[in-house]
Amino acid sequence: MAVTVKIPTQLRAAAAGDAEAELEGQTVQEVLDGLFERYGELRERISDGDGSLRRFVNVYLGGEDIRFLDGLQTPVADGAELTILPAVAGGC
Amino acid sequence: MAVRNLKCRECGTEYPLEALYVCERCFGPLEVAYDHSRVAEGGISELRRRIQGGPQNIWRYADFLPLQGGPPGPSGRLASRVGLPAGCTPLIRADRLAQRLGLHEVWVKNDAANPTHSFKDRVVSVATARARELGYQVIACASTGNLANSVAAHGAALGLESYVFIPADLEEQKVLATGVYGTRLVAVKGNYDDVNRLCTELSAERDWAFVNVNLRPYYAEGSKTLAYEIAEQLGWELPDRVVAPIASGSLFTKIAKGFAEWREIGLVETARPLPRMNGAQAAGCAPVASAFAAGHDVCRPVKPDTIARSLAIGNPADGPYALEEARRSGGGVDSVTDEEIRAGIALLAQSTGIFTETAGGVTTAVLAKLARRGDIDPQERVVLVITGEGLKTLDAVRGSFQTHTIEPSVEAFESEVESAVSSTADAAAAVVGG
Repeated sequence: MAVTVKIPTQLRAAAAGDAEAELEGQTVQEVLDGLFERYGELRERISDGDGSLRRFVNVYLGGEDIRFLDGLQTPVADGAELTILPAVAGGC
Repeated sequence: MAVRNLKCRECGTEYPLEALYVCERCFGPLEVAYDHSRVAEGGISELRRRIQGGPQNIWRYADFLPLQGGPPGPSGRLASRVGLPAGCTPLIRADRLAQRLGLHEVWVKNDAANPTHSFKDRVVSVATARARELGYQVIACASTGNLANSVAAHGAALGLESYVFIPADLEEQKVLATGVYGTRLVAVKGNYDDVNRLCTELSAERDWAFVNVNLRPYYAEGSKTLAYEIAEQLGWELPDRVVAPIASGSLFTKIAKGFAEWREIGLVETARPLPRMNGAQAAGCAPVASAFAAGHDVCRPVKPDTIARSLAIGNPADGPYALEEARRSGGGVDSVTDEEIRAGIALLAQSTGIFTETAGGVTTAVLAKLARRGDIDPQERVVLVITGEGLKTLDAVRGSFQTHTIEPSVEAFESEVESAVSSTADAAAAVVGG
């Protein structure tokens, strides 16, 4: 199942300059694991030692924050789009 | 200038003073770092005099703000008459409010008295000044309303093109008070967090200064001026406690940072501890208050449902730091219901003559809650930070009072107004007497 992952500008240097990547996986976790396998440097940048995401990383599935879904265990459908974005933007 | 570089708040990696806001190494937020070692070289009295001799707006604190070229505009004391100067808003001693709450000393910092009627003019002044230093022609923002007003107005004042992104269902007053400035107003079908996500994506694709995205490190520094003003207006002293609203948590943490900077430099007395910081949220959007109560150090995002639209950020960027600050200072974070928010607006209006928007209702209601709960020592000096104007959220007070509509005759006045007023007074006296 192919899923598109959109990579934020701040991480592109660690992802061979790619703005997006096509990956396989049944869940968000599996897709991210595939992403980290392809671009080794990304793992330490956005994931914690225990495998969860760092606290300033937001991941959206089709525009919805995965924390409103099943987090990393959220199932992903063929053709879905995952977006990784910094959490520090916005607000007052 | 004392401004040095940008620095990651999480891992300490340093970056140049450009339009950057995220650490590439750990994704943490970037903050402006300063070298204040020489700011008080001529002595504290000299520094105080320099501040007091500065313009009547935030640029009197230029030594502590992240511009490289000094205050904008012509040099010297005329500085800052350019654009829409913000700040130097009243700090009002609110004895009647204190009395109502059983407290001794309460002050209201009325930041509705800014050019577009909210504290946002502080942060936007700093962000737009920095955007111009960096050569941007277009400013933009993701907003819950107050920021929209301010960015649109500052764009107009400085002749910069602007794009303002708001949730499509925002209060009409805030939409009208934005569009009038001739901005490009974009209503996004979604809540603020959707607007924010869109702007985060767009900021990577457009060469614009999104004041609260890629200019965020500079923007956020503007909120420190609230703390500086409070300290200066109290005669270079600190309050014991500050009650301020929390949306993203940036304002809250930067007020604390402002006090800490000045205490370290010695501009305020160092004998007194830093103020306890109490954060205020609406129960319908309380990710920070919930995390505080549960002892968590991160916030679980929520879908906002509250009349306090300007605080309706379900995914607060600075939530973890607001939690740290509340705990470190011995303060806290509380939430209040929509009903309490309306009562808070009425309490502030009727005891101080200040009409605040729903966010101020949240803050006032949290102060009342803390007082009721006995969390505040009656001898404390408390500052209530009122961030916005009541005319922007008129729906919140609709139907909350009675209007006497009469024929234009003395008889009608006596029979329909005076009799009603005296019976209300009798009823009130009976309650008090009983």
